[in-house]
Amino acid sequence: MLQLGVAEPMRECEYSQISTRSSTPMETPYKKRTPKKRKWQAFPGRNKFYCNGRIMMARQTGVFYLTLVLILITSGLFFTFDCPFLSVQLTPAIPVIGGVLFVFVLGTLFRTSFSDPGVLPRATPDEAADLERQIDVANGSSSGYRPPPRTKEVVINGQTVKLKYCFTCKIFRPPRASHCSLCDNCVERFDHHCPWVGNCVGKRNYRFFYMFILSLSFLTIFIFAFVITHVILRSHRQGFLNTLKDTPASVLEVVVCFFSVWSIVGLSGFHTYLISSNQTTNEDIKGSWSSKRGKDNYNPYSHGNIFTNCCAALCGPLPPSLIDRRGFVQSDTPQPTPPTNGITMYGSTQSQSHMAAATPLMQSEPVILTDEASLPGRTSLGGPCSGALPLGGQPTPPTSTPNLSCDNGMLPTRNDHSEAHHHMDGVHHHFLTPEEAPSPPGMLPCGSPLGHSHTIQGFYNPASQDSLHEDSVRGLVKLSSV
Amino acid sequence: RFHNLQELRHSASLANKVFLQRDYSDGTTCRFQTKFPSELESRIERPLFEDTVKRLNIYYAEAEKMGGQSYLEGCLACATAYLIFLCMETRYEKVLKKIGRYIQEQNEKIYAPRGLLITDPIERGMRVIEISIYEDRGSSGSCSGSSSTSGSSAR
Repeated sequence: MLQLGVAEPMRECEYSQISTRSSTPMETPYKKRTPKKRKWQAFPGRNKFYCNGRIMMARQTGVFYLTLVLILITSGLFFTFDCPFLSVQLTPAIPVIGGVLFVFVLGTLFRTSFSDPGVLPRATPDEAADLERQIDVANGSSSGYRPPPRTKEVVINGQTVKLKYCFTCKIFRPPRASHCSLCDNCVERFDHHCPWVGNCVGKRNYRFFYMFILSLSFLTIFIFAFVITHVILRSHRQGFLNTLKDTPASVLEVVVCFFSVWSIVGLSGFHTYLISSNQTTNEDIKGSWSSKRGKDNYNPYSHGNIFTNCCAALCGPLPPSLIDRRGFVQSDTPQPTPPTNGITMYGSTQSQSHMAAATPLMQSEPVILTDEASLPGRTSLGGPCSGALPLGGQPTPPTSTPNLSCDNGMLPTRNDHSEAHHHMDGVHHHFLTPEEAPSPPGMLPCGSPLGHSHTIQGFYNPASQDSLHEDSVRGLVKLSSV
Repeated sequence: RFHNLQELRHSASLANKVFLQRDYSDGTTCRFQTKFPSELESRIERPLFEDTVKRLNIYYAEAEKMGGQSYLEGCLACATAYLIFLCMETRYEKVLKKIGRYIQEQNEKIYAPRGLLITDPIERGMRVIEISIYEDRGSSGSCSGSSSTSGSSAR
């Protein structure tokens, strides 16, 4: 009896629950028109966006804040403690020039860090399917058999260049493009991923990066020279120890500048060489165009003379961003599904399992970094990109392991570094693991920095394709009628 | 069969897509392959198609051309700490707009009446020129993605 008594109200609850669900379709608010999303919110790479998509950085930004803090503190101390003395004793032009340099350094730093380095958007499902079809036809293999790594050869200016197929982005990479495993994007004219700047350095921000390290070299030398001058001038009057008591900050500045000068000036020299020969760090480290590879090996992208190469790199046309971060996502546009684990999944394609297998490879990179971070030797404080990571590699499936070990920029770096980088003046790559880097404080409060974690309907649906094109045709009709 | 875009809208369904890949034989500058895809053989005359693609290639070359004007623009931008781009458009962007208008015009005049539609490459990350092929809704194929098994197509 008791049981029945208990059962009755329960059944009644169940009944009422069921009826609630079926009778009110309005209960589910998500069925209403959702607010339009911007494309950066659905971006599949591992980037962080701020200010509603205007600012784009890599995921690990801790080292960038370190760079910023070092520059601000050193310059601040210089202007506060050294400039008053120097402007009176020598000339007021000193703080003015210092100020100009300082502003230029910060401007180029922000420009490098916040802009799109030249990310190639991933292929739409249609394109990917079309490419797969063509590759299958070319290989003559059935879909069950896993084909070897896909490459295409193209002759550029008399040199044979291999174009590799990117399994993450589902495209054949253009020449000089490379996939950055930290940001999980293919970047055009990939130079390296710079943790000090918190972004990849590629086609669109290489000139800003170069301007940054060049102006930072000048700033560092400038501060170093004038702080020393200041200390010397004061010591003539007061004696050395009194000087140190009066301006203790100068000691800190000298120390920071001394260690920075070697790495930054060395890096500037290295990049000047790269620009004049029109090579990327990636190509230089791999020795792609080195004459050691063969007598006929030369750089097909070089314009022939140093002046043209420099002009092209620094003053050439600046292509616009291809990823349109602030555009709105068309709800029926086929988008690649954003990754849940840094891996893009296109429905349930065969490559999915290979992507899963490749995860441990991506995560092993920080492990390698840890081993090398414990290196003794010159630590470069405030030295941007002495910790440059020329990661040209990308997680290729296990069947092509030899490919991976060559592409993974970490291992060859260690070997090539010792022999080929005499012009880096013995700068050691000081690697900071992402874990070691200080966690970033709250960034600019420009809206919630959403990463890639939004999942939108991204599966290719033929019916929705239909409506997409009807929409675009409708759009064209509208435009033409205006 | 179709006389304008409105007819296309009302009675067409997407049958297939053809992709024209990039041509890298000239380096990293933007060029598209001009090879005539076999799927379009029955749809459009070859000279018209090749003319469109060649025109696009010319426009892209113009955008990326490194001459006196682009150097001047680059130096001026550097001198103003790139703030000048807040008020001015880069030459590249101007040419891209021109390309957008050209593609729209070509679509209206030539491609839509033949049941085709060209997508601006900038919307595909400058990787491909995507040409959508529409079929009459009344007729057979509304099987989108049914691959044209006619061998290696647009290579």
